[in-house]
Amino acid sequence: MAKKPDREKKRADPGNPKEDAIEVMATVIEPLPNAMFRVELENKHQVLAHISGKMRKNFIRILAGDKVAVELSPYDLTRGRIVYRYK
Amino acid sequence: MGIILRSQAELEKIHRAGLIVWDVLTALRDMIRPGMTTMDLERFAERRTAEHSARPAFKGYRGYPCVLCTSINQEVIHGIPSATRKLREGDIISLDFGVEAEGYYADAAVTVPVGAIRPELEKLLRVTRESLDHAIEKMRQGNRLSDVSAAVQTWVEQHGFSVVREFVGHAIGTKMHEDLQLPNYGSPGHGPRLLEGLVLAIEPMVNAGRPEVKMLDDKWTAVTADSSYSAHFEHTVAVTANGPRVLTRPREITGPSW
Repeated sequence: MAKKPDREKKRADPGNPKEDAIEVMATVIEPLPNAMFRVELENKHQVLAHISGKMRKNFIRILAGDKVAVELSPYDLTRGRIVYRYK
Repeated sequence: MGIILRSQAELEKIHRAGLIVWDVLTALRDMIRPGMTTMDLERFAERRTAEHSARPAFKGYRGYPCVLCTSINQEVIHGIPSATRKLREGDIISLDFGVEAEGYYADAAVTVPVGAIRPELEKLLRVTRESLDHAIEKMRQGNRLSDVSAAVQTWVEQHGFSVVREFVGHAIGTKMHEDLQLPNYGSPGHGPRLLEGLVLAIEPMVNAGRPEVKMLDDKWTAVTADSSYSAHFEHTVAVTANGPRVLTRPREITGPSW
């Protein structure tokens, strides 16, 4: 039985280098200057994350305490990119 | 959430479910005659599934009323069996079926001619089946997801047909529809890399005319917008270290997908 595609799950343009990232859930700890945030991952690690270009463009605001999805690069696990804010 | 890779033991479970799907579909395929109703096919599939003590996967899924999808001619997919719908010589009918056994799902579909069909329809069936062959061939470690999609689209459009955009193939395992979705169109080289243990239901839906579809009032049946005929083939396929493995047919059977 074929599936109807879910549109809302569309991620950052596949095929660019960003796509090898690992996506994890996180909670925002504190906002930092330059649209950076300190976030705590589910595994209790804290990483520095910036807001993805798409979220910045669409003015998605992020506050301390928000649940977010963070992409981590396999090359530098201390930094991440916030790609989704959960309501 | 995310892509799930299956262990060898899990693949065997999906394969066991897949063999039931294969048994039901091949039996249905061989019994298709003009004059039967699609409800006859539904009843048979229901009985045969019960003999295997498996659970039909479609019945009740998002409220779908039957165990089988029977889509005739311009119906693309998800046609609901009916006691008043008779098969006529020259029709083509897509049989789509899935089961759950031991907690694992398998899903497959085949489009069957009813008696003798027009040569254009034979070509439609052949090209659709071949597009599935090409897609299965791409189910190898290191390829990307959209390589599979592109294989379908290229083959289909080369032959002057079109692929349906509104429905996609899907990852399958402990649920019928898992997170990863597989469109039947797209340029190659995009999306996640395929890894050993990934299981996808690959299902090209091919229209003889334009790709658009519309939904009937029953909220399930998709028909082609231009009333051209449509074909649909599907297998549940795993990526393994030794290449693609079709889980919805016996191991001994190789070669063309259907």
